[in-house]
Amino acid sequence: MSTLTRYSAIPYTGPAPTNRAPYVPKNAEPANARGEAIATTLGNAAMTQERGQDMPTFLVERARIADVLRNLAENPDLAFILPLDCFGTDYPDREERFDVVYQLYSLKNNERIRLKVRVGENDTVPTSTGVFKSFDWFEREVFDMFGVRFEGHPNMRRILCHEAFQGHALRKDYDPAQRWILTEQNVARIIPKIDPRFATEDTDFERVTLNLGPSHPATHGTLRIVVTLDGEKIIGADAEIGYLHRCFEKMSETHTYQQVIPYTDRLNYCSAIINNVGYALAVEKLLGIEAPARAQQVRLMLSEFWRIADHIVCISANLVDIGALTNYWYLMQPREEIIGLTEACSGARLLPSYVRVGGLAVDVPSNFLEQAQRLVDMLPRYIDDVEKLIWKNRIFRERVQGVAVISKEDAINFGFTGPCLRACGVPYDVRKASPYIGYETYDWDVPIAEGGDTYARFLVRFEEMRQSLRILQQAIDRGLPAGPVIVDNPYVALPPKSKVYNEMESLIYHFKLIMHGIQPPVGETYFQVEGGNGELGFYVVSDGTKNPYRVRVRPPCFPLFEAFGQMITGQTIPDAIGALGSLNIIAGELDH
Amino acid sequence: MPIEKIDNPNSIIGRKLNQLPGSGPEKGIQTLPGESERDIADFAGGSYLTTTVDTMVNWARSNSLWPFPFGTACCAIEFMSMVGSHYDVSRFGAEVVRFSPRQADLLLVEGTIVDKMGPVLKKIYDQMPEPRYVIAMGACATSGGFYRAYHVMQGIDEIIPVDIWVPGCPPTPDGLMYGILKLKEKIDRGEIRRS
Repeated sequence: MSTLTRYSAIPYTGPAPTNRAPYVPKNAEPANARGEAIATTLGNAAMTQERGQDMPTFLVERARIADVLRNLAENPDLAFILPLDCFGTDYPDREERFDVVYQLYSLKNNERIRLKVRVGENDTVPTSTGVFKSFDWFEREVFDMFGVRFEGHPNMRRILCHEAFQGHALRKDYDPAQRWILTEQNVARIIPKIDPRFATEDTDFERVTLNLGPSHPATHGTLRIVVTLDGEKIIGADAEIGYLHRCFEKMSETHTYQQVIPYTDRLNYCSAIINNVGYALAVEKLLGIEAPARAQQVRLMLSEFWRIADHIVCISANLVDIGALTNYWYLMQPREEIIGLTEACSGARLLPSYVRVGGLAVDVPSNFLEQAQRLVDMLPRYIDDVEKLIWKNRIFRERVQGVAVISKEDAINFGFTGPCLRACGVPYDVRKASPYIGYETYDWDVPIAEGGDTYARFLVRFEEMRQSLRILQQAIDRGLPAGPVIVDNPYVALPPKSKVYNEMESLIYHFKLIMHGIQPPVGETYFQVEGGNGELGFYVVSDGTKNPYRVRVRPPCFPLFEAFGQMITGQTIPDAIGALGSLNIIAGELDH
Repeated sequence: MPIEKIDNPNSIIGRKLNQLPGSGPEKGIQTLPGESERDIADFAGGSYLTTTVDTMVNWARSNSLWPFPFGTACCAIEFMSMVGSHYDVSRFGAEVVRFSPRQADLLLVEGTIVDKMGPVLKKIYDQMPEPRYVIAMGACATSGGFYRAYHVMQGIDEIIPVDIWVPGCPPTPDGLMYGILKLKEKIDRGEIRRS
């Protein structure tokens, strides 16, 4: 049993915890050098560089942030055209207490940049929705959570919390359990703006506003779309979210680093283990440790299995919406087998919480590889069969081809990642762009499709399942490396029970870890993994105590759903339903 | 005329062989509560029975629950597994998933209900015709789960009545099935009587 062997007999001699010392990431030097180069290229006086970060980081003058973002995007050498994230952080002791943080990605140079703006309680920030459409919702979220106002924003109202909510929840002085009750009288009425393309069109039909959701068979959970119809055509659409806002970020601040892991499970519950891995890797980066090789490979294999399961849920549910029910019954069967494998490893079916900071909770069962091989042998048949059932089906093709098209430029401007971006012909995959847990050592391809319609998204998902199987087959052929599954570091991982009961030192370590938790050094970090539907990033700020100061999740669904209104305008309701399924919006992640 | 007792030795229900129902002078035999289900299985075999209307109606209701899946979060994915081919809830007659509250009699609340969703859930419950039953699936619907947070309802019984609570985060499909069977028992016993 690995739980007994994961500790060597030699007492731990590594470094003591370095909490309250500043965090210096491994790649700080190249990041800082690159930052200086960017500042020179841009020649913008509004930026000052922050030293010692994991990516080039700048402090930007508040009034000029929109210009800086535009320069970064339009500069042909830098081309930071993909907006990843915009969020806030609260430091109540400071005079200008809020940080608004922007993160951008350059597809051309494969690099990231972080910009920060300091904002006081009564200040406003100029909106950057003119540069990146994506930041419309992100800025609304910052306003909702922190009360930072954005000047010139077209629709500055709450996005996640309900209308009767008072105060701003992610401020440090907000009580995490303080609720506000919403009654039906207070629910705001949403009337979508009519698209200018159709505003002047004169038709014989009456204009109707129709509400879809949040409880609707095709909205897969808790999404809500309000559409204005002209006859059958959608001429205006507005999406409302927040019906599953479970306060992940506030809950993280009230728990220890290990206790956050079950919360991460419930972000994208269709591929929970990828969330676990992403969060654990972010904290490990902050701690400067690396999980043992065995743990990394199990993480990789389970991630790929769950990527397949995620795509299975997406494809089968989407096909049900379109009317092909058989595929759902058929594909649920291999998914059950994947769940069975996870259950054998962790004891839980859907939300395993199997990963720990520093490795895995327990070792895999002894027949793990045989079971994995059985699954890898079994899955292609199911994928091929379903493909055969639909590819030549004219009804299916006519319902998906050319439907809900989003252009490459728009997709990038909206911050698309994952299969939906690859369906527009952009080969961006985090596993290739910045490999983690050993993806660079496997031979596989990034599937892309042209067109950006519902059909292309189907194609990409089918092919991605096959590529995942390729990775899995190689991983099985290599075999699992021997050794422990969690780091040999008593400041991070609990000592085994046999030692806790028999050795004074281990008992103390156990006690310290339970009572005081993991205490990473003071600093901030961002780590990204390829989730089931795009780049899933965790931004973690540590103040040296046992609780994270701030955990921000970069939900890939958020920008996808933001673009949905634009994608369906001009289409009909049934097409909108098919398109919604193909985006694979997971409410838990969307509303975090 | 020979009378053969059916399997249950305690049953007072007898059956006349070689005789069509209604053809003899006898008008049927009283049944005990709870026995009706097995007797009706024999109904097509050439017999008849009398029972109370309540028992009959409860039997029908408990074996044809039409769920409205109010699926908000992770639990809904496990619900999908339960109606899926592997677990197959149609064995218990509860597979006719209706997405209109007007057509459903079982409200399955799957997943976290946040305060923003509260009025929606209440409205859906109000729209369901009587008799209606509610299962709170999972820790979140039961008590808010581990989300003791500013936007999460601490259990749906704040706004609607609940018949069965199913524990788990998320409950396994077997767990949810057990909940449905428990509700079936409750209906069979006649414990739930609304209008």
